[in-house]
Amino acid sequence: MASTTALTGKKHIWDGGAEPYGASYGKLMMWFFLLSDAFTFSALLLAYAALRFSAPSWPVPDDVFASIPFVHGNHYPLVFVGIMTFILIASSVTMVLAVEAGHRGAKNEVVKWMIWTIVGGIAFLGCQAWEWTHLHHDGAWWGSNPFLNADGTPGMVNFTNLFFTITGFHGFHVFSGVLINVIVLFMTMNGVFDRRGTYETIEKVGLYWHFVDLVWVFVFTFFYLI
Amino acid sequence: MSQNHEHHHDHHQESFISKYIFSMDHKMIAKQYLITGMIMAVVAALISLLFRLQLGWPDQTFPWLESLLGDWGKGGRLDPNFYLALVTMHGTLMVFFVLTAGLSGTFSNLLIPFQIGARDMASPFMNMLSYWLFFLSSVIMLVSLFVESGPAAAGWTIYPPLSALPQAVPGSGLGMTLWLVSMTLFIASSLMGSLNYITTILNMRTVGMKMTRLPLTIWAFLTTSILGVLSFPVLLAAAVLLIFDRSFGTSFYLSDIFIAGEALNRQGGSPILFQHLFWFLGHPEVYIVLMPALGITSEVVATNARKPIFGYRAMIGSLLGISFLSFIVWGHHMFVTGMNPFLGNVFMILTLVIAVPSAVKTFNYLATLWKGNLKFTPAMLFAIGLVSLFISGGLTGIWLGNAALDINLHDTYFVVAHFHLVMGSASMFGMLAGVYHWYPKMFGKMMNAKLGYLHFWLTFAAVYLVFFPMHFMGLDGVPRRYYNFTGFEYMSEWMDLNRFISVSAILGSAAQLIFIWNFFYSIRKGKDAPVNPWNSNTLEWTTPVERIHGNWPGEIPHVHRWPYDYSRPGAPEDFIPQTVKDDELPEELRSPKVKPVPERADAPAETVVDKVLFSRFLNLFGLKKA
Repeated sequence: MASTTALTGKKHIWDGGAEPYGASYGKLMMWFFLLSDAFTFSALLLAYAALRFSAPSWPVPDDVFASIPFVHGNHYPLVFVGIMTFILIASSVTMVLAVEAGHRGAKNEVVKWMIWTIVGGIAFLGCQAWEWTHLHHDGAWWGSNPFLNADGTPGMVNFTNLFFTITGFHGFHVFSGVLINVIVLFMTMNGVFDRRGTYETIEKVGLYWHFVDLVWVFVFTFFYLI
Repeated sequence: MSQNHEHHHDHHQESFISKYIFSMDHKMIAKQYLITGMIMAVVAALISLLFRLQLGWPDQTFPWLESLLGDWGKGGRLDPNFYLALVTMHGTLMVFFVLTAGLSGTFSNLLIPFQIGARDMASPFMNMLSYWLFFLSSVIMLVSLFVESGPAAAGWTIYPPLSALPQAVPGSGLGMTLWLVSMTLFIASSLMGSLNYITTILNMRTVGMKMTRLPLTIWAFLTTSILGVLSFPVLLAAAVLLIFDRSFGTSFYLSDIFIAGEALNRQGGSPILFQHLFWFLGHPEVYIVLMPALGITSEVVATNARKPIFGYRAMIGSLLGISFLSFIVWGHHMFVTGMNPFLGNVFMILTLVIAVPSAVKTFNYLATLWKGNLKFTPAMLFAIGLVSLFISGGLTGIWLGNAALDINLHDTYFVVAHFHLVMGSASMFGMLAGVYHWYPKMFGKMMNAKLGYLHFWLTFAAVYLVFFPMHFMGLDGVPRRYYNFTGFEYMSEWMDLNRFISVSAILGSAAQLIFIWNFFYSIRKGKDAPVNPWNSNTLEWTTPVERIHGNWPGEIPHVHRWPYDYSRPGAPEDFIPQTVKDDELPEELRSPKVKPVPERADAPAETVVDKVLFSRFLNLFGLKKA
């Protein structure tokens, strides 16, 4: 068995002197980092689940997240957060296009799509800032919850505690992502990747950006939908 | 990758700062980790002596304590709150700073590039960053010893509500905040280190270094790093929530708390949630501490028994098995939290299953030693000492893993005895074995062997004298973390033993001075080390004693065999280094991996026996006719 493979003389990626996954160490590091970060978010979301399901009652998200800017007195559940989610996912699409342009070495296209990705990220953060401000005006913050539970009892404070902590932690990730994207944008414009002969950095940053989007899908589901 | 392989060519003159302080060389970073770890170990040991003094002589006053500790030692007696803080700091420093960063950081950095045949780590810069974050985290943790309200005092497991409410104990004030800041930096450092170790092992192995030709040290570092990458983030999440509970008025871990008769306005949280999150890190952490020591032992035992390690693949399998199982047994730390007995049963069974891979390792060590041509170097003695401690501490793990017994033994000295033997002392022995064994590689000098023997026997005796009697105290129900036992009539019979333990601890700690002296004296005055002092097979002993940048002066050697070809009959010497080519050897000594499988007719008898046994085994389940 082992002998036949050795005798055929085929190149074996696991035999040393090669990159077994066909990925550079940097890309591999990014994957393992994302795995690690996934555990952080999982732990936070599981803590959310544990606290929510041990609570006697919980506020209804459709009643809490029902506002959109400049529109008063109406009940529009999911509309604003839908826009936020769309923006973030759209920024993932532009990131894919940047990575694709990077594969072709098309510097100007990379710059264009990176700028759009950064714009998307900033727009998302802006929306989040507006939503936080709005909730804060209603009296919601760490340690205080003005929204009633579904059964009409005073709202569980951990509802807002968890909302601000976990969306804040995610927002911090988006913020770091935007910063990294800006750095990479400047590196692209200065021709760093042309000199290196590879746009792999765009790919690594892209992995992070997609991960942050993916996490948002879970945060969105658990806080706004159910 | 090519970049990393090229950079050894520029042998530029290095300044003091780039050579010794902000070094990116894995060998220097390893030494930085080792020295920092040793300093933390000395601090942690001195702390343990302070509280052993209290436990051994609870009625006596030591006036010098007041001059040393000020108000914490008023009237020459240790303050009860400060006692708790000392216990907390001893655990924190030893578990995280000495046995996680000091052990793993030192030997992963030193050995991974050396033993897989790489010029350096995948990312030397991140490696440097990892050390300096660790250094910063160490400094902050030490600074917390000097704040007015004292360091953290909620135990190394920092259970809320004690850790969450600054008004609960003095140590939960600024001390706890510094603890959390320090640990956050520590987690970042550990993450950077682990990512580097994993990717280096996967991507940078030299030609011919298959995964099944890696020394077991490297396998241990790989599994350790994977555990670190997957478990520390959960502690980070737990710490984030704790920080919010402490500083932003949330109640993730708090509910129904009364302080001085006043109900706190914190509802809906659960302190048990913290325990789940903490032990999801905490249990893998035990193996993060232990597995590098086991890997070092595999290497030291095989080299000094002059025998191939017994069951190489079983050793890898048991490392993987332990790693996997360590993630699904955390509940055995929480049997007394009122968990559903069914859940307790599940955790109990999973816990007891860990005994299987652990026993595989133990028996493989014993089988490797069996009829070996033993060379009792100091490293070998410490490695054998580890096997001894692993057995005596591991057996009580079977008791404690049993939910019904654990309800009696939980939080008694039995637990203290168990984990100090199997995790604390065993890992420390692995670390010491590693230092004695790879000292020539680190400093180009030999340590004094006679002092090494003295150090070993004193330490070995002290460890058993300190921790073994604690089993009996625990069985009698003496609880851990108590400031003194004079108020409890039934514990008075343990007073003499307590004093005996304290004396042993003092003597055992004093014995470490021999090691420290030997360590620093030998750096300057030790005998010059030969290239391969232990006649070892692994790649690090093919590098020059001078420890050049880039490790090998010319090409990186290629690897042609596994690392455990010791005492092969017919070989000119009792070891065949991994770099020896097969065509330089007679037919029967060639690496078995390239030998063609014999035809069925001339297959050796044992293969046939294996086949019969295997088909009988399958037949048991009706899978195949015998």
